[in-house]
Amino acid sequence: MGNDEHIATHIPQLRRYARALTGDYSAAEDLVQDTLERAWKRIGLWRLGSDLRAWLFTIMHNLHVNQLKADSRKQGQPPEQATLDLSVRPTQEDRLELRDLNKALRRLSNEQREVLLLVGLEQMSYEEVAKVLGIPIGTVMSRLSRGRDQLRAMMEGSSAAPQLKVIK
Amino acid sequence: MNSQKAAVSELDLHAYVDGRLSEERRAEVGAYLTASAQESERVRAYQEQNEILHTLFDSVLDEPIPTKWQSSRRHWNFPLRPVAAASVCIIVGGLLGWVLRGEYAGRSAKRVDFARQAAMAHAVYTPEVRHPVEVSAEQEEHLVGWLSKRLGTPLKAPHLLDLGYELVGGRLLPGDQGPVAQFMYQDKNGQRLTLYIKTDASTERETAFRFSQEGSVGVFYWIDRQLSYALSGELQKTELLQVADAIYKKLNP
Repeated sequence: MGNDEHIATHIPQLRRYARALTGDYSAAEDLVQDTLERAWKRIGLWRLGSDLRAWLFTIMHNLHVNQLKADSRKQGQPPEQATLDLSVRPTQEDRLELRDLNKALRRLSNEQREVLLLVGLEQMSYEEVAKVLGIPIGTVMSRLSRGRDQLRAMMEGSSAAPQLKVIK
Repeated sequence: MNSQKAAVSELDLHAYVDGRLSEERRAEVGAYLTASAQESERVRAYQEQNEILHTLFDSVLDEPIPTKWQSSRRHWNFPLRPVAAASVCIIVGGLLGWVLRGEYAGRSAKRVDFARQAAMAHAVYTPEVRHPVEVSAEQEEHLVGWLSKRLGTPLKAPHLLDLGYELVGGRLLPGDQGPVAQFMYQDKNGQRLTLYIKTDASTERETAFRFSQEGSVGVFYWIDRQLSYALSGELQKTELLQVADAIYKKLNP
């Protein structure tokens, strides 16, 4: 199998992740396209025998983060609301909307969403996620914990602010 | 709680949800959860999140992969140092030139064969009233998935409704080098076109459209990456070219 074929075997997963990450069909397809182009160009830098999947997801992560930064510069806004203000009591309509996990996912910070998806959807180990995102494993765990908590609160339409969980 | 066992931490709960605990630890955390309704409710909610994520996004895995993603095409990468790569290129180039002297004649003959086979398959199946296809367009996803699997490469059945042709369905056919896929289209007057697709092992990555007239059936055929396509129909050459061109563009958006 040539390098292109090796890379191609990971396309379905890259595509699923991109779709979940961006929540937008064409943005996701563009992200996959850019990831593949960069991977094809740099495949010489990938060490044979090392984890190709992690390498590809790292490329995608970097491209996505750069994209978010570029978008925010364009709009002169901070990249994304880092935390969600759950102290506001949701209206009935909000509550219905929040039951939709996909919509709730959009309301997480990108950092939390990435971890949540790599673990929950792509079923990567915590170590692998740390490697892909270039962060310590403790950070992976705290983002995962907060992300899941916030999602749960949104899904349940909780009117109460979630209790902060402390990682022991 | 049993003081001999390590206390159950936040990390344990997540690792429990994600199936990352040893069997022994899993049992301990399980026992802890049985004792705590609140915590077990929380873990259940997290597990449900994972399930919903799969429900929402797993279908993406089955989407046919665009051919433009199959290979880098323009980005040839030699895993060699530039100097070595350059000398290899020169040697290979020289050898190829020599070898290909005789190859060209053989190759064009193969191409004509391909057009003839496509025209034959067109002539055999398009008159069928009751069984024009094996799998009908109603099961398009299954059809495309099945044919992709048999050909060993993701296929697409381009939609030609904007040209007035509706997908009827498709079938699997034997070719001289393995399985071949045939998609059939039909316009409102019952005029039928077939798109005949086989995997192409030759080194040619892309060719222009070529035309061959096989009796009453006209065939436009071309190679696009690892697939050879032939569009057959009993149409004016210019009309057929228009459809072939549209198909090429739809497959290379």
